[in-house]
Amino acid sequence: MATTITMPQLGETVTEGTVAQWLKKVGDTVEKYEPFLEVSTDKVNAEVPAPVTGVIKEVLVKEGDTVPIGTAIAVIEEQGSDAAAAAPQPAAVSAPATNGHARTENVVAAPPNTAGVEEALRMASPAVRKLAREHHIDIRTLRGSGANGRVTAQDVLTAAAMGPAAAVGQAIATGTNFGATPPPAFAAPSAPPASGTSTYGEPIPGTVIPLNQARRIIAERMVESKHTAPHAWSMVSIDVTNVWKWRAKEKDRFERETGYKLTLLPFFMRAVVESIAAFPLMNAKWTAEGIYVNKDVNLGIAIGLPTTLIVPVVKNADKLSIKGLAIAAGELIDKARRGKLGADDLAGGTFTVNNNGANGSWASAPIINAGQAGIVTMETVEKKLLVRDDDSFAPRFVMNSCLSLDHRVVDGYVASGFLADLKKRLEKMGADGTL
Amino acid sequence: MAVTAGSKVLNNVEAVRETLYEAMKNDDRTIILGEDVGARGNVFLITKDFINEFGPQRVIDTPIAEASIVGIAIGMAMEGLRPIAEIQFADFIYPAFNQIVGEAAKTRYRSNGEYTCPLVVRTPYGGGVRGALSHSVSIEALFYHVPGLKIVAPAFPADIKGLLNAAIDDPDPVLFLEHKKTYRLIKGEVPEGHYTIPLGKANVLKEGAQLTVVSYGLYVHWALEAANALANEGTSVEVIDLRSIRPMDRTTILNSVEKTRKLLIIHEDNKFGGIGAEISAMVAEEALFHLDAPIRRLCAPDVPAMGYAEPLEHEYMSSPAKMADAMRELVRF
Repeated sequence: MATTITMPQLGETVTEGTVAQWLKKVGDTVEKYEPFLEVSTDKVNAEVPAPVTGVIKEVLVKEGDTVPIGTAIAVIEEQGSDAAAAAPQPAAVSAPATNGHARTENVVAAPPNTAGVEEALRMASPAVRKLAREHHIDIRTLRGSGANGRVTAQDVLTAAAMGPAAAVGQAIATGTNFGATPPPAFAAPSAPPASGTSTYGEPIPGTVIPLNQARRIIAERMVESKHTAPHAWSMVSIDVTNVWKWRAKEKDRFERETGYKLTLLPFFMRAVVESIAAFPLMNAKWTAEGIYVNKDVNLGIAIGLPTTLIVPVVKNADKLSIKGLAIAAGELIDKARRGKLGADDLAGGTFTVNNNGANGSWASAPIINAGQAGIVTMETVEKKLLVRDDDSFAPRFVMNSCLSLDHRVVDGYVASGFLADLKKRLEKMGADGTL
Repeated sequence: MAVTAGSKVLNNVEAVRETLYEAMKNDDRTIILGEDVGARGNVFLITKDFINEFGPQRVIDTPIAEASIVGIAIGMAMEGLRPIAEIQFADFIYPAFNQIVGEAAKTRYRSNGEYTCPLVVRTPYGGGVRGALSHSVSIEALFYHVPGLKIVAPAFPADIKGLLNAAIDDPDPVLFLEHKKTYRLIKGEVPEGHYTIPLGKANVLKEGAQLTVVSYGLYVHWALEAANALANEGTSVEVIDLRSIRPMDRTTILNSVEKTRKLLIIHEDNKFGGIGAEISAMVAEEALFHLDAPIRRLCAPDVPAMGYAEPLEHEYMSSPAKMADAMRELVRF
């Protein structure tokens, strides 16, 4: 019996999906629940499990094509049915010649690692994965020196030693979670000629990194926002000494009790939602009909991953305590790192917080998430000598906070009021408060 | 062999004998008790003539009753003596299991620290000597599950002396395992006079870069032999002698695995639930993201006992050649 597979709905508000990659081709057998294609939407990417065990009989949508939810995308001939018994053989024969004709040879004579990208990933040890992540190297581009062409930890270290440029290029090309077509194998940079100095002669051609779905979406969104929303920018300096000490006092117990780390983020988020309550225009968006002021306060948290940027949303953040925000944000960050965010985790943001200070950034000019009025950053926390009103001075923990705003929606008056309010609230938070 | 000043060359059985002799000489509280330890002077002649010098009050021949040997020794230990109980062969220790596990290991806890049990239970273990079913067994895995008990299994004469002294000095019970095949096979320099080696400290016998091998007892010597053979092939293997099974030197193992990224555990005891199981679980928990290959264990097969027939014994026991093969395979992975 043939089962027709349709484009699944990945999330409540999603209306169409793109076939990112077929994991199986016509003639392949799939087990029930085995992932057989990757679908990406503008919000999320997911592997789609087969609903039945059988043989892929037809593929109706090409990789890269976008179709509405419910459109037929493939046909699986269920195993056990009369047709299926005969189906696999002819199907295999009619499969593209590149796959069909040299199958046996491939297994026997293939040079290491051309046996398959998936095989390389499957055999990647924890050490290899960790080192590859640290050095931004795509395991699939390496030629393994281990048994059966396995990429070893040493292979990764050798590739890393060959130069950061290659490594970064490889990293960007990876997009592992997004079903990217693997980049063409990177030729390992050849060693410099043993004799002689480098010469300036023919330019050496660069390499094109193919775009994956995630990279395309990020690019489109950035251009859209920057071109349509006139960005204005402002920054305040906040004395976070008291809240910093409060956090230090609570963090061990908090982690023990909840399993999540207590960072400065939830304190900041709490101050942001309180300031939004005082300045509701910051929680609005520009529409042709007028300025649409959101009632819900849904805070996006920008999370930078090695190869992508993702902004999961804490829903109704104004209803949560600092503790509640810490747990909600902790869950989302954890999911993001494990590539487990669902469409609903990413939908509905009304304002965005970007914790940009982890690597020491002191000021930044973020791009607004399209459809919002602003984005506010946390920069690095530094110890500084502050001179107070009475001319006394003291070492204090100080953090800059930067705001980009859509100048169509709000003006400097509101924005600077919002920032001043945010500063006041954070400086007032202290160890006598309740998480 | 050039001998360092202040040292002499002893084999393992002589190292045990010398340490026990000095303990008897230096501390009147030391008592030796066990089957044939007196008139016979122990089946390996470890305590030969002790009874003449120290008398039957301190060198006690017991009946063939292991529960009594350990039970009596526990009483002595709790009341201030320093008994060293001998189980003639590790294969005979089972009747004393309750005394060791149920009593000695729990004395300090049960009495809320009021009593301790400074007891040493010495016993020869291990095979490869055509000892068959009842003179070949490894017992460490039966005991290492038990908190409150320390287990030592040294491989070299100098370690035997330092660790046996530490075991005698220790305020809590220590199970001291001596591999009987190494008794006269292994010789080495032993410093003169009293010294101790801390319990729970492993020894990196050979540094290497591509693979960590952890072993103890007789197999340490074979692992070293195999690693040296591999060095001639250009392969660099680190060999760690565990020395103490419990407490286990987690730091030394983890540091090594983090360096080499591969781990092979070799022991004579069978695989299931053995010492290697604990080591691999620990490494999987603590160092997963340093591992570049599955952890491997080279152990005895899960059969009830070592056979007497030579081919059966060969099959049961590992060898430097088998170890070298396992090392090569893991380095290649």
